[in-house]
Amino acid sequence: MKARKIIGSTLFYLLVTAIVVYTIFPFYWAIVSSLKEGSALYKVDFLPPKPEWGNYTAIFKEQPFGKNILNSLVVAVSVVVISLALSVTASYALGRINFRGRTPLLLIVLSVSMFPQVAVLSGMFELVSWLGIYDRLWSLSLSYMILTLPFTTWVLTTFMRELPKELEEAALVDGAKPLTIITKVFLPLLGPAMATTGLLAFIAAWNEFMFAITFTLSNERRTVPVAIALISGASRFELPWGRVMAASVIVTVPLVVLVLIFQRRIVSGLTAGAVKG
Amino acid sequence: MAVAQSQLTRQRRRAALAFILPMMAVLAAVAGWPLLRTIYFSFTDANLDNIGSYAGVGFANFASLAQDPEWWHAVRNTVEFAAVSVTFETILGLVIALTLNAHLPGRGVVRAAVLIPWAIPTVVSAQMWNWMYNDLYGVLNYIFLKVGVIDHPYAWTGSPKLALVAVIIVDVWKTTPFMALLILAALQLLPAEIYEAAKLDGIPAPKVFWKVTLPLIKPALMVAVIFRTLDALRIFDLPYVLTGNSRETASMAVYARQKLIDFQDVGYGSAASTFLFVVIAVFTVVYITAGRVRFESR
Repeated sequence: MKARKIIGSTLFYLLVTAIVVYTIFPFYWAIVSSLKEGSALYKVDFLPPKPEWGNYTAIFKEQPFGKNILNSLVVAVSVVVISLALSVTASYALGRINFRGRTPLLLIVLSVSMFPQVAVLSGMFELVSWLGIYDRLWSLSLSYMILTLPFTTWVLTTFMRELPKELEEAALVDGAKPLTIITKVFLPLLGPAMATTGLLAFIAAWNEFMFAITFTLSNERRTVPVAIALISGASRFELPWGRVMAASVIVTVPLVVLVLIFQRRIVSGLTAGAVKG
Repeated sequence: MAVAQSQLTRQRRRAALAFILPMMAVLAAVAGWPLLRTIYFSFTDANLDNIGSYAGVGFANFASLAQDPEWWHAVRNTVEFAAVSVTFETILGLVIALTLNAHLPGRGVVRAAVLIPWAIPTVVSAQMWNWMYNDLYGVLNYIFLKVGVIDHPYAWTGSPKLALVAVIIVDVWKTTPFMALLILAALQLLPAEIYEAAKLDGIPAPKVFWKVTLPLIKPALMVAVIFRTLDALRIFDLPYVLTGNSRETASMAVYARQKLIDFQDVGYGSAASTFLFVVIAVFTVVYITAGRVRFESR
């Protein structure tokens, strides 16, 4: 019995190790490769013999990578702020007020989150050029609403629903107006939920690629994913891999740190969006 | 009192409308309107150069789409990709979720580790794997040669046979965590008493899994599978960054965008996009109905 238990737990930890290696190795390898320069990059050393930082300085000197990061930040932050502002009031109405047409509205919101991006691409292109924001960051802030707004509305609505009824009743008895109820009663309680949803929306905007590569043209207006996808060397076969890996590590480390800090919240936010639906 | 109550209700309903209107207006502007325009464009010969002038062509775009072998190749790529990657993601996701659900030390590390691929931007994952796939200097060829799995280095993303497999491998790596977390959420809702009873009766663990766990999490599993399938059918970033517009891996979205933007054929590209939209719409209806069935049975 004891021997079996030892074998069992050995197998379990082998499995755990396998899972951890499988999930972490590609990122680890990107970090190691980003620290190698010249011919060292083309030798497989699982630890860089002597870390070199040349790739990291080069991407900021050889191309506007700093500007690209700034662009991504501007777009992602504006998307988070606008979608949270729009969805927090909407989610109060959808989650706590009974009115006819609530379920169809929720279903519409849910279906929009299923839209393939390419299905709105030509219409969005027309809209963007009509508004005169082609190759401007605004084109991305606007188009990303289709990615984040249904999601933030949906998740905040599920959070709103779960808050106790008594909170609101007390405020209603005092004759508080709906907007006051949202700002004074619910907003303070929704802090954690807003943080989670905001973070998930931030990640969605930070990572988006199809709209970004379609609606921006100049190097200076590109966001990080487009910049990383288009880093190129002399030919397709001579991609400067060290630089690509350095850029990848720079944009990924903050995300990984955020995700690890908020991991419990993120897990509950993600599952609220899907399983409870 | 009744009058006051209904007045309050009316006031709240009015407020509800005012609260929802801005959100719905934005959604209509960025989702509803562009979608309608795309569908409309698919019946025209619109061109990206001068998107303002076009003429109606009826179903001509759809007719040539139906006869385009490249399009059907893209459809097949997409379906193959979705079927294979979702299958692997479900199986691997189950394994990881069960590991995370075992109350043994070390599961915190696993949960943190599985979140990493999820947090990495798709474009970055594609580039990271592209480097590992490199035919001359890639670490995958190095490891596989050392272990003896392969006898010569492979051009993973370059060879017609392997390119789609390469895309699937990255997708499985990237999205299995999401699957695992959804399954884990379902596992954690299961009552502990069932397992205690099974343990007392001395029922072997595999049997408990097949007869108890799997049937109980099946509804949640189905929702997760449909959710992931929808995502997989829309795939764009991964094949595009990994292999460009290559015919061997082009998904429906890659094909549609190439026609639309690179070849500037808005009418034709919109027809392909509309087709993809209809496929997704059918799946969405299935998803919502499946979700509701589950909601009501609880």
